[in-house]
Amino acid sequence: MTDSFEPVLIGFTCNWCSYRAADLAGTARVKYPPNIRLLRLMCSGRLDPTFVLKALASGADGVLITGCHPGECHYLEQNYKALRRYLLLRRMLAQMGIEPERVKLVWASAAEGVKLAEEITRMVEDVRALGPLNWPQRHNGAAPHADATAIKEGTA
Amino acid sequence: MTQHNGHTGQERIGVYVCHCGSNIAGTIDVEAVALWAAEHLNHRGVVIARDYKFMCSSLGQELIEKDIKELGLTRVVVAACSPHLHEQTFRVACHRAGLNPYLCELVSIREQASWVHTDKKAATEKAKAIISGGVERVAWHAPLEPLHVPIHPATLVVGGGIAGIQAALEIADAGFPVYLVEREPSIGGHMAQFDKTFPTMDCAACILTPRMVSVGTHPNITLLTWSEVSDVQGYVGNFTVTIRKKARYIKEDLCTGCGICQEKCPKKVIDEVFEAGLGYRKAVYTPFPQAVPKYPVIDRENCTYFQKGTCRACEKLCPTEAIDFGQTDELLTVQVGNIILATGFDILDARRIGQYGYGRLANVFTSLEFERLSNAAGPTNGQIVLRDGVTHPQTVGIIHCAGSRDRNFNNYCSAICCMQSLKFAHLVRERTGATVYNFYIDIRTTAKAYDEFYQRVLDDGAILIRGRVAEVTDAARLPGEEGKLIIQVEDTLAGKQRRIPVDMVVLSVGLEPRHDAKEVAHRFGISCSSDGWIIEKHPKLDPVATMTEGVFVAGCAQGPKDIPSTVAQGAAAAARVLARIQQKEIALEPVRASVDENKCSGCRICNGLCPFNAIIFHEDRMVTEINPALCQGCGTCVAACPAGAISGTVFSNEQVLAQIEGLLLDVARRAIAPEPAPV
Repeated sequence: MTDSFEPVLIGFTCNWCSYRAADLAGTARVKYPPNIRLLRLMCSGRLDPTFVLKALASGADGVLITGCHPGECHYLEQNYKALRRYLLLRRMLAQMGIEPERVKLVWASAAEGVKLAEEITRMVEDVRALGPLNWPQRHNGAAPHADATAIKEGTA
Repeated sequence: MTQHNGHTGQERIGVYVCHCGSNIAGTIDVEAVALWAAEHLNHRGVVIARDYKFMCSSLGQELIEKDIKELGLTRVVVAACSPHLHEQTFRVACHRAGLNPYLCELVSIREQASWVHTDKKAATEKAKAIISGGVERVAWHAPLEPLHVPIHPATLVVGGGIAGIQAALEIADAGFPVYLVEREPSIGGHMAQFDKTFPTMDCAACILTPRMVSVGTHPNITLLTWSEVSDVQGYVGNFTVTIRKKARYIKEDLCTGCGICQEKCPKKVIDEVFEAGLGYRKAVYTPFPQAVPKYPVIDRENCTYFQKGTCRACEKLCPTEAIDFGQTDELLTVQVGNIILATGFDILDARRIGQYGYGRLANVFTSLEFERLSNAAGPTNGQIVLRDGVTHPQTVGIIHCAGSRDRNFNNYCSAICCMQSLKFAHLVRERTGATVYNFYIDIRTTAKAYDEFYQRVLDDGAILIRGRVAEVTDAARLPGEEGKLIIQVEDTLAGKQRRIPVDMVVLSVGLEPRHDAKEVAHRFGISCSSDGWIIEKHPKLDPVATMTEGVFVAGCAQGPKDIPSTVAQGAAAAARVLARIQQKEIALEPVRASVDENKCSGCRICNGLCPFNAIIFHEDRMVTEINPALCQGCGTCVAACPAGAISGTVFSNEQVLAQIEGLLLDVARRAIAPEPAPV
């Protein structure tokens, strides 16, 4: 780890709440570190755990998953399914030797631009403290763009 | 060069980077980004990358259209603002140039980069990553057609205040059926409680009651008062709404509204709702004489018969035998295509502002109480008197912003209190000649003819003191303060502390979301801001739609506003609904899941995941199928399928995985060709 380590995070957002919270943070000019790159899904329930592994395998140091607050899901209850998958995924990450703290689930409604910015800031600092994941190097130069299914099979 | 998985690489992609004036270009080096995209994403299919001042302008759009035609672009990535703002703009531009609109991708480098970051270098690098993500993703886009959903011609309007009345009348006058649901016994809302309306000082009842009558008699309006929406199912175009019609204990088909029951009922009850606790009603009542509908309601909690088993005076004396103690709540189910929420506001509980003494000091009144006091049809017949009911005040203090613009209560401005307080000052001066002090932080009289009204009130002789009142007390310290309420305030224009003795204090209390606003929002599948007001689709460009298709909002449910704005919003919501009804159908995003039956193993893991019952299992063939009419496109089943047999349009696995790769392109390149080795 060096002083110049800048973590790179992938953030999965829900079209109805957290993506709009990110829009709101922008409109309100709330600042957060540029270390996160957001990706829009229709719902946190769309989040295939493979996506998280794909992000980590492709060089991300951490993944932030965001969704509607429990009880406020645009699709009624799919964020609960995201929660279930997230809890399982964290256990799986630990078994793979990856700090589960590199993946985090937070709820952010469309009104919570400030909260989302705070969560991003916190997550960036947490991952900075963990240091680089360097998954591609860990795998001894294995292709960083390896098919995600292969990663799943290779490590499960 | 690294070998990427993914698309065929045969796409011809155009990248367009918007300056958005200085909104993006001020933080991101847009020219460098465009140059980078042309050079470094060339092998990913980018054949042209341009930057332009305003991509959304007609010239910007023409740029894209020209390139599609001349360079034969097969995909377009626009890096600009949020897709929630301009996705449609660029899709339409692509469509005009003959490209399927769904082959366009708008990535946000404004809301997600230039507006939230200050480090120009980092923001520029992030913009490149975002564009790279868009380029990888767009290659997997498929040409799609929007889904067309038929619109049921009926509309549900929730809330019978002036916003709901306006919306219902606009739609009904256009010839379409409306169900207007109101939870109180009569429509009219808060406006029916008011005496005069600023700035013209029209009598509220004079302008409101004709509209109420129109609603009550309109052939296209089904008026359901004393009713609440208990359940909403379905989606835009076809909602199934269950309405609980509470038992009135009055047979509406027999009641003539003669009022004998109200006259003869022996039980007097303090009217906390309509009279704001200042007056009485009977246990069988209509809230006010001009109520619509005219049928009264028996208040079960206070009715002597319901509580003690004897009385039945109303039943004995009703000339049409319309009283029915055996009535029960009724559940009605209606089909509607659109919904307008006009559920209004509550006023802040003045007891919460302890230092102003409401509830403890008798002659501290709320604005709503003052409305009833000054109303000619109110409990004092319009006499502005103290709590004893007889004494006319000699001096009145009116406190603006009670609970508004105050971090202890509500941060927001309640929008109406300045004008309301000036109206009160005018009424007190006109009716009693008493000395009036108005205590304000700022005077906000911004709408048409409002400032003229302010000048008129100053000419009336009201005294305006600039300063937030610290305390209202009855503890006299100085001569002349005995028996008075003393208003302690820092006069910020004179620069000194003042104690002003008055006989009556009126608190212009702020507006708050309905106490059950969150619950109601949840029922209709929409969200509230942290303040509790319903969130509109766009604060400026779409203030009447919500994030849920087919659900609109009007009036104070969306935020504090005066009557003219409320009426305008009610009409605007109606116009949006009418446009939908006229179109007979609506085009929706074709975000849907489908099953490849050849890949489906029949494991049924997805079967329990769909809250919309869109997933059907065919026992005979042992495969699952998704009903596209019911599927809402959340993608939960797509994520769950272990066989990868379910795919979702717009957010397919390929699209998401490619975008992840693209977003991390720079990181991956660094890993392959490491910089000087880190220590």
